[in-house]
Amino acid sequence: MPIGGGRPARKEAILAESDTPAEPTRRDFLLHAAGAFGVVGVAAAAWPFVDQMNPDASTRALASVEVDISGVQPGQAVTVMWRGKPVVIRNRTEKEIEEGKAVKLEDLKDPLSRNANGGPEDDASDANRAAAGKENILVMTKVCTHLGCIPLDESGEFGGWFCPCHGSQYDTAGRIRKGPAPENLPIPPYAFISDTKIRIG
Amino acid sequence: MSGHSTYVPRTAIGKWFEARLPIVRLLHDTAVSYPTPRNLNALWTFGGILAMMLVVQIVTGIVLAMHYAAESHVAFRSVEGIMRDVNWGWLIRYLHANGASMFFIAVYVHIFRGLYYGSYKAPREILWILGVIIYLLMMAAAFMGYVLPWGQMSFWGATVITNFFTALPIVGQPIQTLLIGGFSVDNATLNRFYSLHYLLPFLIAGVVVLHIWALHVVGQNNPLGIDVKNDKDTVPFTPFATSKDAMWMVLFLIFYAWFVFYQPNFLGHPDNYIEANPLATPAHIVPEWYFLPFYAILRAIDFNLGPIDSKLGGVLAMFGAIAVLAFLPWLDTSKVRSGRFRPIFKVAFWLFGLNALFLGFLGSVKTDDIIMGMQAVVWAKLSTLYYFLYFLVILPLLGYIEKPRPLPVSINDAILAKSAH
Repeated sequence: MPIGGGRPARKEAILAESDTPAEPTRRDFLLHAAGAFGVVGVAAAAWPFVDQMNPDASTRALASVEVDISGVQPGQAVTVMWRGKPVVIRNRTEKEIEEGKAVKLEDLKDPLSRNANGGPEDDASDANRAAAGKENILVMTKVCTHLGCIPLDESGEFGGWFCPCHGSQYDTAGRIRKGPAPENLPIPPYAFISDTKIRIG
Repeated sequence: MSGHSTYVPRTAIGKWFEARLPIVRLLHDTAVSYPTPRNLNALWTFGGILAMMLVVQIVTGIVLAMHYAAESHVAFRSVEGIMRDVNWGWLIRYLHANGASMFFIAVYVHIFRGLYYGSYKAPREILWILGVIIYLLMMAAAFMGYVLPWGQMSFWGATVITNFFTALPIVGQPIQTLLIGGFSVDNATLNRFYSLHYLLPFLIAGVVVLHIWALHVVGQNNPLGIDVKNDKDTVPFTPFATSKDAMWMVLFLIFYAWFVFYQPNFLGHPDNYIEANPLATPAHIVPEWYFLPFYAILRAIDFNLGPIDSKLGGVLAMFGAIAVLAFLPWLDTSKVRSGRFRPIFKVAFWLFGLNALFLGFLGSVKTDDIIMGMQAVVWAKLSTLYYFLYFLVILPLLGYIEKPRPLPVSINDAILAKSAH
């Protein structure tokens, strides 16, 4: 059936077009073209009302923070805010590093490093999680990958982080080991600007 | 069912108005002459109680909005200002906060009444689905309202619930960012929740109008679940239903007032009197009591199911628990509406009710707490299983295997038979 074939065509439209009434008329074409234009127009007009809810450029701007970690002794950590989220910088003890290295990769729930400074397919070995060349330094966004709570430092069965909301447990390299969270704690982009200063972001 | 109108305008102004906008006729037909089944019990007054609670929430809410400031640095303080400084602020805020709980108590009675007496069955499917929509809008309004005081539970509740969306593959993260307007719950989130919290009650009021319209097209169900046959089966809405509704509204208000004046914080959480702190999650996050059964279902799914990981599985199960209600009219295959005449259904129904309460309890404890020798999360899995079995297996099968007791010929016959004994 031609477009709009079910509709009784007006007499002059038929006369104006051709002798075959099965053909779509000029009127049909105009109707559908106007309809399609209207749909696009409504969608275009609606988009600003949806997109206004997204974070604006001032929020999105990749704000960076610089942190002096010279005072952070082994076994200590500092937490700083970056993009409204807490980032923990932990100076790990020998014991924590050993525990992190001792874990077999096949025991991990999430096998990927989740390190913004490495490749997306890197495995979650302790070396890929810790700072490059400084295996005692661990920098992570301290936001549980389950539903966004803040895990507690130095707690849980694996000596790393424990989320009080739904019981997710992370090890000393911030990797998910037990509970409902699906991924390792993410590592934000950061760089050492001197031996004791880190810039996050 | 609504039949033809019996309204006759008597005064000159009444006639003048009638010819231009017959709104008095509409009100008369809806709330005065409307025939209601004569055997309605007290459970049928909860529709009226819910309408009353909607009005209470809108009135108290509009007043609170005159004193509240939706800005993350001052929101918490402005709520304390309402409690301490604003004339009668304490009363109005406690009425609003407890009003939400009362609204949910009434809606749960209303829903379970519908479940027991088969009020969702033909021809009331649309009526029922409109009810499910109202329930969803109520939950959204309640959640957003709870965020506004900007306490610890507000903040972390908002964080956890908006994170539900990140469970969806690919689109999840952009949707969450769109909802909260940033990388974390912050001022932008508070502002939009305030705007939407103000909007939703009016959307609810709109759907309530449709709900009542659909009700008046198909007529009310009744405890016997049989159709109204003639005038002998009904009484006019006024004075019969209006006076009964009014009496139960007063009883409900007494119950409500007891909470407001004697236990105003019993249904809340002390953590919400601590200002929101994005660096510290409270040790034990729990939602308000009316969400606890769904929260228990969310936490029950802590295992991966094929390609669906535990996080997405939990979120799907939780939303599925509500969505399944919309399909109920077609899942229940029994022709008999009222549970009174369904011996096996009765057992399954009361188990379902107990199970829902138990899920609520499980939502309030920690997942690794030991309940009757088992971890709470294991109980939650069993309870979640029964929740879905009831809708997806028991109700569809019962229609085929259950032999219902004989139904009375008419509502009037049943009443006469009862009074003859």
